[in-house]
Amino acid sequence: MRTPLYEQHKAAGARLVDFAGWDMPVHYGSQIDEHHAVRRVAGMFDVSHMTVVDLSGIRVRDFLRHLLANDVAKLKTAGKALYTCMLNDEGCVIDDLIVYFRDDTHFRIVVNAATREKDLAWIEKHAKGYEAVVDERDDLAMVAVQGPRARELAATCLPAAGHDDVLALKPFNAVAIADYFVARTGYTGEDGFEIILPGEQAPDLWDSLARAGVVTCGLGARDTLRLEAGMNLYGQDMDENTSPLESGLGWTIAWEPADRDFIGRGALGRQKADGVANKFVGLVLEGRGVLRAHQKVLVDGVVVGETTSGTFSPTLERAIGLARVSKTIGDRCDVDIRGRQLPVLVVKPPFVRNGEIKVDIERRGERS
Amino acid sequence: MSDIPGDLKYTRSHEWVRLEEDGSVTIGITHHAQGSLGELVYVEVPDVGSELSPGEACAVVESVKAASDVYAPVEGVIVEVNDALADQPELINEQPYDDGWIMRFGEVNHDTLAELIDSDAYLASIEDE
Repeated sequence: MRTPLYEQHKAAGARLVDFAGWDMPVHYGSQIDEHHAVRRVAGMFDVSHMTVVDLSGIRVRDFLRHLLANDVAKLKTAGKALYTCMLNDEGCVIDDLIVYFRDDTHFRIVVNAATREKDLAWIEKHAKGYEAVVDERDDLAMVAVQGPRARELAATCLPAAGHDDVLALKPFNAVAIADYFVARTGYTGEDGFEIILPGEQAPDLWDSLARAGVVTCGLGARDTLRLEAGMNLYGQDMDENTSPLESGLGWTIAWEPADRDFIGRGALGRQKADGVANKFVGLVLEGRGVLRAHQKVLVDGVVVGETTSGTFSPTLERAIGLARVSKTIGDRCDVDIRGRQLPVLVVKPPFVRNGEIKVDIERRGERS
Repeated sequence: MSDIPGDLKYTRSHEWVRLEEDGSVTIGITHHAQGSLGELVYVEVPDVGSELSPGEACAVVESVKAASDVYAPVEGVIVEVNDALADQPELINEQPYDDGWIMRFGEVNHDTLAELIDSDAYLASIEDE
């Protein structure tokens, strides 16, 4: 499949790869330069492969309070957004998503591309009892503009009548401007917008952003940026066999009010009461090498967990990763990279936020 | 378009091989290979003195997105490795056939050179990918 911006990517010399059945740009020349552009100025990503779903109905709020582990009752003003997991009956993660409150009978959610079919099947199955209408918006494209200057540059490319409204947006809020739905959200650890718009208008917006000086960025930079920001990637850092409590996502579960019956609550509550054996941490490799997913984490030669994501961080100029490990872990451990145990620091993500390094990578000392 | 010098030999696993005047052979990865991997951020080279057989994984090149093995194209002993790659792995991206060389084999069993392919055959092999 191709997004409405496919011709833009080809003309710009993107290296295209298959991502969940979509021909998507991985980079346009230099993934590392694209990464720095987002940290320092502004970059844009075609994320039209993501699945936008509009949900409507008289009881749609009750439906979402049952479907999602975070509580949409927190959303009281139009355009307010919430990050949440959608759980199965075992309390494990079917997908993570952002839900936007539009009005009392309309919500919008954005779910992952790779999980589209199972998500839609799950949502539709549970929507029936609430007479909610599930409308997949495959007519829409989505462009993320991210970086310290992203909002200012993007505003110049949006309908003039909406400038004040988009620039006044608070984090995790969205506003509809003509055919555009502009949200102050993202997946990079930088400020910026995610703009949802009719597919046929996407090429013009893309070209005008490029003229304004926003750098075209591929999914490669998106992955290193989200990992530096300590943001989980579905299918890698959590999936249908792991709960939010062992994926660093406990903060997204709304336990109150205690009588809200969301899917997975029973299993999750039991896990919480029994105690979770694992915790989710950040790792920084002390020396040379690159952390990758599925490397063993060891303490004194004993396996205590596994990395779930890993990469070279262009900002830290070190390898970083996320790992699910025994909660007894201290502030140092080793990771097995091709048979060699290399020392790593255990840190609390994020590694980078708003252009600043947030972990002490020069920390040295005795092993705990 | 890939740069494939006509005076080198190649493997289907994307190593290039240069026969030096002293009988040793220098190894690197091709322009096509570095392009597929993207920007390199780490290179692991074998120890000098390692005895290797053709097809044996002996070095690792890692880009931001993936790690990839480099295979010994010939039988021989590692006599020199490119130490500059420790601080500048990007040399492989910038000059894959020159400053981005990875390792040099001595005591080469020259019979094993016969298994290598020429630039035309290598070009054909990557066009088939």
